[in-house]
Amino acid sequence: MEDFAELECIAKEIRKDVLVMLNKAKSGHSGGSLSVVDILVALYFGGIMNYDPKNPSWEDRDRLVLSKGHACPALYATLAKAGFFERDFLWTLRKLGSPLQGHPDSKKLPGIDASTGSLGNGITQAVGIALAARVLKKRYKVFCIMGDGELQEGITWEAFMAASHYKLSNLIVIVDFNGLQIDGKVMDVMNILPLKEKFEAFGFRTYEIGGHVYKNLIDTLTTAKRNVIGPTAIIARTVKGYGVSFMANRIEYHGVPPSDQELERALKELDNGV
Amino acid sequence: MEFKATREAYGKALVELGKRDDRVVVLDADLSGSTKSKEFQKQFPNRFFNIGIAEANMAGVAAGMALSGLKPYASSFAVFITGRAFEIVRQSICYQNLHVILCGSHSGISVGEDGGSHQAIADISLMRSLPNMKVIVPADYNETYLAVLESINMEGPVYIRTSRAKAPVFIEKDRFELGKADVLREGKSVTVIACGIMVSLALDAAELLEKEGIDAEVINASSIKPIDRETIVKSAKKTGRVVTVEEHTIIGGLGSAVSEVLTDEYPSRVLKIGVEDVFGESGTKEDLFCKFGFTKEAIAKKIKDFVNG
Repeated sequence: MEDFAELECIAKEIRKDVLVMLNKAKSGHSGGSLSVVDILVALYFGGIMNYDPKNPSWEDRDRLVLSKGHACPALYATLAKAGFFERDFLWTLRKLGSPLQGHPDSKKLPGIDASTGSLGNGITQAVGIALAARVLKKRYKVFCIMGDGELQEGITWEAFMAASHYKLSNLIVIVDFNGLQIDGKVMDVMNILPLKEKFEAFGFRTYEIGGHVYKNLIDTLTTAKRNVIGPTAIIARTVKGYGVSFMANRIEYHGVPPSDQELERALKELDNGV
Repeated sequence: MEFKATREAYGKALVELGKRDDRVVVLDADLSGSTKSKEFQKQFPNRFFNIGIAEANMAGVAAGMALSGLKPYASSFAVFITGRAFEIVRQSICYQNLHVILCGSHSGISVGEDGGSHQAIADISLMRSLPNMKVIVPADYNETYLAVLESINMEGPVYIRTSRAKAPVFIEKDRFELGKADVLREGKSVTVIACGIMVSLALDAAELLEKEGIDAEVINASSIKPIDRETIVKSAKKTGRVVTVEEHTIIGGLGSAVSEVLTDEYPSRVLKIGVEDVFGESGTKEDLFCKFGFTKEAIAKKIKDFVNG
């Protein structure tokens, strides 16, 4: 059994940063930020993505498009940890003049490869970025992280169709499948299942894995990078609010930050493990 | 006089741009034969991407390509590329100020027989309202060709509106300048500002008015955003009365853009000639233009009544 203690430790630090950021901002999306952390840590610290924090616009870098842009606190904390900018910036989240906008803004923050937030806009751009590699004769990969509720947007399926049509083997879609959206359970609001079959029917090589298990994440992402046939979809089963007992699987924390008291409790839990 | 559709110039200019710059890529949504982007595909098949009947995805793919250093030109009917794709144009293209050129062909009621569902009458309003977006409505084939060539040098997103119908070719100039309106006919009784294929009609109407003793100044405002404030205000100061003529709703289009300038700088009476808050319908272009008052006679009469009223 390989040891992923170091990645788990980074993830814990990032989760703590995310909670502090949200608490200081007094608004933002706690649940979906916590569910996506392990996916981001695997990509940035598990040896999957090629990037250079000192040269964020390096033409050959792998791209990360956070199509579920509301989870950006997790991406911001990850980018800070990876050295794209000073950690102190994290505490300016959502404040006037901050490069850390409420949803990711590529014009304002180094390391953001595409502005996202309005759901569906990330994946359609990711397809364009992946297709551009063909014209430019580049070998970069494009990782696009999507929400499960986001798949209700019609354009996501237009984009998948195009990814498959153009055999974009450099496109790897990762669905943060936490099962909840603002109004309730995804399957109650507008069911997207069966999902693996849908992706397969759209021409994706598709995997279903545990989204908080580093071995699964890294093995699958490594395999996906070797795919030369067409696009890959990884359905990562996650828990919304993962890491904080009272937020886990709770719809109430979709778009709500932790209060001072809750923050204290959450940080303790993360430090001591629950 | 020669007659050619402005959309023909789009295809021709794309081929020229493709030769000059290997970062130019062209996208279409299953209408490449109609928008004329197919001309580019014939020459550069590896840089042409059909996205299928999915205009919103086409806009997003173009945004991703621009983020990666390519220079994308994306086309469809004006009604789809500005309407169906609006949200993606806003979020993915304009919000990031990406250099994506959108071409909406088959604009206005001159689409004809396809009817109201396919006649874009609010595309200028929609595109003009978006921060960073430039809006160009060339007057004829020649100006369209020059505007498309020039668009590669512009910054950020650009919307170019073309037409299906054959229309007079009459503009003579060497290069298109963004933000510059051209005074095509000098006059002192009334200012007539037009765009697109209505410019030639405005010139024809001015000739009729001359016989009635009305000396109309005719301005081609092909650059609707940014708009040439100086030329508009200067002419309004000279004539005191302004008429706008567009193949588009009078809500939010050229008439509104001109009115905004004048209320800021030189409040004047403005008569807005255009589509009066209704949808189009099926018919030949000629029959529709008669019904909507887009003939030189009808335009001249409206201007005459305005001047004398």
